[in-house]
Amino acid sequence: MNYIKIFFNGLIKENPTFVLLLGMCPTLATTTSAINGMSMGLATMFVLICSNLAISCIKNLTPDMVRIPVFVVVIAAFVTILQMIMQAYVPAVNAALGIYIPLIVVNCIILGRAEAFACKNGPLESVFDGIGIGCGFTLALTILGSVRELLGAGSIFGIHLLPETYNILLFVLPPGAFITLGFLIAIVNKLKKA
Amino acid sequence: MEYILIFISAIFVNNIVLSQFLGICPFLGVSKKIDTALGMGAAVAFVLTLSTIVTYLVQKFILDPFGLQYLQTLAFILVIAALVQMVEIILKKTSPALYQALGIFLPLITTNCCVLGVAILVIQKDFSLIQSVVYAFSTAIGFALALTVFAGIREQLSMVKIPKGMQGMSIVLVTAGLLSLAFMGFSGVDGGLRTLFGLN
Repeated sequence: MNYIKIFFNGLIKENPTFVLLLGMCPTLATTTSAINGMSMGLATMFVLICSNLAISCIKNLTPDMVRIPVFVVVIAAFVTILQMIMQAYVPAVNAALGIYIPLIVVNCIILGRAEAFACKNGPLESVFDGIGIGCGFTLALTILGSVRELLGAGSIFGIHLLPETYNILLFVLPPGAFITLGFLIAIVNKLKKA
Repeated sequence: MEYILIFISAIFVNNIVLSQFLGICPFLGVSKKIDTALGMGAAVAFVLTLSTIVTYLVQKFILDPFGLQYLQTLAFILVIAALVQMVEIILKKTSPALYQALGIFLPLITTNCCVLGVAILVIQKDFSLIQSVVYAFSTAIGFALALTVFAGIREQLSMVKIPKGMQGMSIVLVTAGLLSLAFMGFSGVDGGLRTLFGLN
């Protein structure tokens, strides 16, 4: 029961993108299409679950003074593993996400969860927190990617829905990322108050 | 000529914040006042140039000769974190005035993704050392420019009435979108300059 609560807390109540506003760089940069957004979300989720598990296991062994550097090294190690896996099995996705894969290291969501959750709770709770926050991030990126792809290219996940005349190229370009996210946050704010 | 091209292109055409989305956190976080924006911009310019030189040397003289390229992410983030700490200590000892001005921004820079981003980009683009330094410095100028312009807009924005739902981060993001749209007006300038300098 408790684990389900932790999961939904990460997915909705503390949604990293729409509520906590963390990890903005990959959110804005990689959501040019629904599939890119989802891949980025899944990649981040993998690192988040692994680092949460590892950090909650070693939390009693690390002196408080060098806590942050230790966490950063743990996260960087998992990002390197992820990079190798992606280069080997999904080279196309790896090429599309480019520099934003190594930059998962400096994603504030991951260090933030390590500090706020994993170093205070047990391994199993931390894994569920990782899954919850990871799903919340993936969900947000997929929604943002879908909206941008629909408005900018007239399709979602590559399935054409709108005729080409209605495409607004702006939404797949950088300014569209800021504007779409701005309006999505406004909608979430409205829903929260209602 | 080539350096001028890198300079112009990194500041205006491929602005690090508005078209490459690196360093969004400080861009949204410390852009409420022009003064703090300038301080942050100066701190980033300093650290970014220095860290790019160090990571470039680490890549060329340690990682490449020993075939350790897969340790790039790990090595770079450690070097950057150590460097920021070192800069902070040295500034505190040698130049208290500068430390007063930049001090509070320095710890924030370790997790600023534009520092790690530029370090990796420079290796990916296969730049020489001088090209890397020019690129890093002009990227930082671009960052400072975007941050300062945005802070100016936000100072004006704080005086107007905004619809309830749009308050807070929402209107800030839409404003950033419009600024990014304005910077898109520079696209193609680098191609024009390339032709002008006869680099094609």
